[in-house]
Amino acid sequence: MVEIDDLTKDYAARRVVDGVSFTVGDGEIAAVVGPSGSGKTTLLRMINRLIEPSSGSVRIDGKDTRAVPPHVLRRGIGYAIQGYGLFPHRTVAQNIATVPRLMGWARARIDARVDALLDLFQLPAAEFRHRMPNSLSGGQQQRVGVARALAAEPNVLLMDEPFGALDPIIRTKAQSDLLAIQRRFGTTIIVVTHDIEEAIHLGSRIAVLDAGKLVQYATPADVIARPATPLVAELIGGDRPFRLLSLGKVVDLVEAGPASGEPIRADASLRDAYAELLWTRRDVLPVIDATGTVVGRIRRDAITVRAGAPS
Amino acid sequence: MRPSLIVRVGVLALLVAFVTQPESFAWAFEPLTRNGQPAIYTQNSLINLTLSHLAIVAVATVCATLLAVGLAVLVTRPFGAEFLPLSRAIANLGQTFPPVAVLALAVPVLGFGTGPTLVALFLYGLLPILENALTGLTTLPPAVTEAARGVGMTGWQRLLDVELPLATPVILAGIRLSVVISVATATIGSTVAASTLGEVIIAGLLTNNVAFIAQGGLVVGIIAVLIYDALTGLEASLLQRTGQRRPA
Repeated sequence: MVEIDDLTKDYAARRVVDGVSFTVGDGEIAAVVGPSGSGKTTLLRMINRLIEPSSGSVRIDGKDTRAVPPHVLRRGIGYAIQGYGLFPHRTVAQNIATVPRLMGWARARIDARVDALLDLFQLPAAEFRHRMPNSLSGGQQQRVGVARALAAEPNVLLMDEPFGALDPIIRTKAQSDLLAIQRRFGTTIIVVTHDIEEAIHLGSRIAVLDAGKLVQYATPADVIARPATPLVAELIGGDRPFRLLSLGKVVDLVEAGPASGEPIRADASLRDAYAELLWTRRDVLPVIDATGTVVGRIRRDAITVRAGAPS
Repeated sequence: MRPSLIVRVGVLALLVAFVTQPESFAWAFEPLTRNGQPAIYTQNSLINLTLSHLAIVAVATVCATLLAVGLAVLVTRPFGAEFLPLSRAIANLGQTFPPVAVLALAVPVLGFGTGPTLVALFLYGLLPILENALTGLTTLPPAVTEAARGVGMTGWQRLLDVELPLATPVILAGIRLSVVISVATATIGSTVAASTLGEVIIAGLLTNNVAFIAQGGLVVGIIAVLIYDALTGLEASLLQRTGQRRPA
């Protein structure tokens, strides 16, 4: 759990982060969004004390972050950034082993952990262990960056625009991979992004910053349905119904009844189902589960109701 | 074996052959002599002069490297940042003095011989190394230095594990410039009785013997080119090994 309490940062006369408080529960993902210059990166960097707060405090699992020296604190917190910051003179394995090595793990334990992480990130250890970062693709570098951040099994992972440099297709894949890994380890994640779509997709809660102030901290559905300020509404944009639908799954609205044609999977988003209905000019779609068995159908009307503003 | 390597080995072999057996090359320098002047300088053994020349350059460069890199490290730490302009000024001062002036000023203090030459070369070698060390340490990729802090490295760990290894190729380029300047400048040291290859050139100038001037100048020139070439190769391989340049 990360408790951020009245955190403030002043640079000369400018207040970059202004009295921000919120709590990220265990195993939650908080997505911090806001326009550039809203203080989101400064906020993130104050959590692992890369920037010292002017006032306020941060507690991780109940412990004040000022209780230990900054470098010790940082070893216990995963940190992944845009550009990845892989050490170019170290192999993939050495990069991932950075924090365990700093923490003085035994050699065998480090090796086992590195191989397990490479495996988890779909980078076959035998092939990638000894590669240098500059021989990897952007997507592979990004995965090594996150693997390095997770190497010492931190409870908390901070990410600053981790997918910013990836092309759209790889980015979507990287986001789902992150969600899968997060579910597996139960890591608490705070991710800074300028992309509201990414925030909605990843976040269990979204924190919206505007000029250093926290203007809304709520679930994605709440942020979409009830934006707290005009800026939040502007961030969400005009396609609110579709953003809302992207949060729901087909399985939520599946019902018994006949349907024909190309089926859709129960774990697809309602947005995808709606798009499929519109594109194929149908009113109902058959729904199948992961094994391909038909489990029911989904109606366009039912989705339309879901896409409307909550009363 | 690659042709470029054959040329390098050939030049080195020729150099070694000449400084160890200069008399065998008398035929090449005879056309430059007049009135039965000797073609080869024999007052002092060429090999001893060469080794002493190289030793003076090596000592001066090692000292200059230690001080320049140490200074660059200090002024790029948070506590030393305000001394950054000062350290640049000191190194620049070393360059504004002509080497002859440094020799002239150093002789009354250190006496004749190797001492003043070492001081001049040391002062002269500082600036290129300092400039490059500062460049190398201040232009590291921001994401890399950020990550080094973010994973919880201490200041020392960042310096030794990340900053210095990545800056080494750039620092080496400074050392290369400094060594080449020193190899050339060390010849002037013979005017204050330092034992360097300058002795051969000065003897040639005093007796109007072009053969002496040519052999002294050639040996110094070839040494400079070989060192430059070797350090350039080392730099390229370091860049590759530190992942800053893809293998060709």
